[in-house]
Amino acid sequence: MRYGLLAVVLIGAATLGGCTEGVLDPKGPIALAERQILLNALGIMLAIVIPVILATIGVAFWFRASNERARYRPNFAYSGRLEVLVWSIPAMTVFLVGGVAWVGSHDLSPRKLIVSTVKPLRVQVASLDWKWLFIYPDEGVASVNYLAIPVGTPVSFELTSSGVMNSFFVPQLGSQIYTMAGMITHLHLQADHAGSYRGMSAQFSGEGFADMYFNVESVAPDKFAEWVDAARNVGVELNGRTYAELAKPSASVAPFTYRSVAPGLFDKIRVSEMQSDDAMCRSYPTSMRAEK
Amino acid sequence: MNLLGKLNWNAIPFDQPIIMGASGGMVLVIVLILSWVTLKGYVPYLWREWLTSVDHKRIGIMYIILALIMLLRGFADALMMRGQQAVAAGGAQGYLPPEHFDQIFSAHGTIMIFFMAMPFVIGMMNFVVPLQLGVRDMAFPTLNSVALGLTASGILLTNISLAVGEFSKAGWVAYPPLSELQFSPGVGVDYYLWALQISGVGTLMTGINFVATILKTRAPGMSYMRMPVFCWTSLAANLLIVAAFPVLTATLAMLLLDRYLGFHFFTTDGQGNAMMYVNLFWVWGHPEVYILVLPAFGIFSEVVSTFSGKPLFGYRSMVAATMAICVLSFVVWLHHFFTMGAGANVNGFFGVMTMIIAVPTGVKVFNWLFTMYGGRIRFTVPILWSIGFMVTFVIGGMTGVLMAVPPADFQLHNSLFLIAHFHNVIIGGTVFGLMAGYNYWFPKAFGFKLDERWGRVSFWCWLVGFYVAFMPLYALGLMGMTRRMQHYDVASWQPWLVVAAVGVVIILVGIVSQVIQLVVSIRDREQLKVTADPWNGRTLEWATASPPAAWNFAVLPQVTDLDALWNKKQRERTQAQPPKERKFEPIEVPKNSATGFITAFFAVVSGFAMIWHIWWMAGAGAIGLFLTMLAFAFRDEEEIEIPAEQVARFEQANQAEIAV
Repeated sequence: MRYGLLAVVLIGAATLGGCTEGVLDPKGPIALAERQILLNALGIMLAIVIPVILATIGVAFWFRASNERARYRPNFAYSGRLEVLVWSIPAMTVFLVGGVAWVGSHDLSPRKLIVSTVKPLRVQVASLDWKWLFIYPDEGVASVNYLAIPVGTPVSFELTSSGVMNSFFVPQLGSQIYTMAGMITHLHLQADHAGSYRGMSAQFSGEGFADMYFNVESVAPDKFAEWVDAARNVGVELNGRTYAELAKPSASVAPFTYRSVAPGLFDKIRVSEMQSDDAMCRSYPTSMRAEK
Repeated sequence: MNLLGKLNWNAIPFDQPIIMGASGGMVLVIVLILSWVTLKGYVPYLWREWLTSVDHKRIGIMYIILALIMLLRGFADALMMRGQQAVAAGGAQGYLPPEHFDQIFSAHGTIMIFFMAMPFVIGMMNFVVPLQLGVRDMAFPTLNSVALGLTASGILLTNISLAVGEFSKAGWVAYPPLSELQFSPGVGVDYYLWALQISGVGTLMTGINFVATILKTRAPGMSYMRMPVFCWTSLAANLLIVAAFPVLTATLAMLLLDRYLGFHFFTTDGQGNAMMYVNLFWVWGHPEVYILVLPAFGIFSEVVSTFSGKPLFGYRSMVAATMAICVLSFVVWLHHFFTMGAGANVNGFFGVMTMIIAVPTGVKVFNWLFTMYGGRIRFTVPILWSIGFMVTFVIGGMTGVLMAVPPADFQLHNSLFLIAHFHNVIIGGTVFGLMAGYNYWFPKAFGFKLDERWGRVSFWCWLVGFYVAFMPLYALGLMGMTRRMQHYDVASWQPWLVVAAVGVVIILVGIVSQVIQLVVSIRDREQLKVTADPWNGRTLEWATASPPAAWNFAVLPQVTDLDALWNKKQRERTQAQPPKERKFEPIEVPKNSATGFITAFFAVVSGFAMIWHIWWMAGAGAIGLFLTMLAFAFRDEEEIEIPAEQVARFEQANQAEIAV
């Protein structure tokens, strides 16, 4: 039973140990607010959970059959006052945490724009088997498995998938969101510090899933402009043909960029035209159904 | 057309040494057991006394045997996964390729939920509920046997997939589009779907059977408010089964239509919508969590009260909390996918509802605490599991409420934090409860206690192993590690995963100790022999002989209050009564039936044929199923009469029985 305590200590240790990366080391306003909510909710609950654990161990130990000093009360099975207490303690805890949940759910809704004087950067994200495609519609470039963003600038993501469901997640920047074929999800994130953050898929998507991670490079706005300029001068155009090439299943794809993006390409990915179209765009071998 | 559909020699993975070793071993063990049984001449006995038995106690025991075997299988998967993740860091690929690793985690989840926890819980309810209700059998004894047969069929199909073909690589939730034909063209998902469809029908039958039994066939005088708490939690769990399992069946049926007949329910094209599957799956999935944990709560209530020598504190509160959980469990499903892009109001609503369900759960914990308060606690193995549960479960509950806060879930969803959380409640809640129940009711089932010393060793290994295995996963989740990774690039995760692997090995020691406990107890069964009431129990099952006769109660008990047996014992102690002259009457018990076994046979044939597209065989199996049902419907007699003398003889031989 003392392992219960050990568990609490371990969670504490884990909290400290995790500080160098992940969700406990936020680098943007969304992740920061989410960590705060996490810690608040944890604090409210620990205030009740720790006493309950101690009481359980204490009561079990004190009322052991061999303890002569413990008073045996074989008929103690009801007490109105205790009943009130027993229902109100969890109710009050939940009232507090429920408030945190409701308010937090609104404040940190993935669709909510980040209030800022800086004009947001738009990025369109598509999850492919098994890599990430990032299209910068206003800049007219695109990149694979590499996301450059200017520091201190809100980033508005529109996300979709070429087929299988994935989840776009950069723990140090905040919320994750699913990417799904045929529809668009929205997410707003911002990095307040320059640096390199690990991003990944957080929804299992098949064989190459483990390699479906990417780097988010948060750089000064002028550095970002330089990167865009550089990207415009290398690589090929992202159009129906090059997309079909990219959409073929592959894993551990080294990052690269496209010099320009054919108009409306993201919408085509969204409505899945690119995969049900014809053999060229179809990323998978013809299904069994077709064989029959 | 090929007579064997898609089935050919390529289906057997001869080139995979691990799979061939495992399936070869499995086949060898089955052959050895079968030939041993045949050579010893046990086949008629097994057929007569077990396979065709419709006795709820026998069926319950068979469910639990299935569950224990599948626990070993599912745990072997866990060992392999932890081993893989402990080594596959940086550039290393470990020893399991994605192809194999993906099958293992899918099988682990499917087996542990559907074929370990479910049969264990159902077996426990089967054995205990009719005894606690003071009745002689279930409402529909043969249906009970058919349900067992269908569960076993699902289990068999899942295990066949190890040797013939492959298992699903889409996770135990099988989200489309990944589980659609386009992305999973193999037979793996079909194995998953048919195994769950067949066993799901069995589970639904069980649910109907228990609801009917508990609502309609209680002992005379047992009003609802005199029902033992385990019966209440079983009632709640089975109401959930009846309400939730049809949803699963319908959802999986739609996926089957997509895969077999080219429908577009969840496909990426043709207006299909995978979000519908995700919603429907969890409309079943969240009640399922409570189907698993409510009976465990009932077991803890019985165990804590018995070994504290006190009635359960706040019985009415407990019943209210149980039924509240039963209803609320249907309005929280969306918390499994806050990250699917719902609006703030929707996410907020489901977050708050999820927390509200924690209130009755919290009440239960306090009530167990106050049950121990003022008691005289005997530290037997079942109560150790119960106290271990109380400590562990509040931690798991807390991390659950944490993830019910939508913004927190945006960060923790699908991470190892989630994995740690649900193992924390399923192991710390359901499994600990089942282990408590296993140790608690074993003497009732077999007439001898389980060895205490090995029981303790196993408990401590499980408890310590659990913390060592899963606390690092909480940390890893916070560090941003997501679930289902065959390998990973972040070196700093590895030490935590090595610790987790050590934890699983400690749990392995616990499981081995349980096997030893069983072997030692069978060896020493004469010393461990017990009479009807070894624990000084409170409820009616302890008023029957250990093991009880096929008819449970020679005379149906008259119930006048809660804790019927305990109060009876108290009354007898205070006022000595003259020994009553007992008159026995002939008892009718349901007749054995091979219906369950034959149904299972045809279900396996049909299921296997559907998986491999062997249409003629699927048709033959379906006709067989129909004829079996028809034959049963036209049976001549369904009960046999036990003569009064035989009942009297049994009662005399078991003097210890206490007439209530």
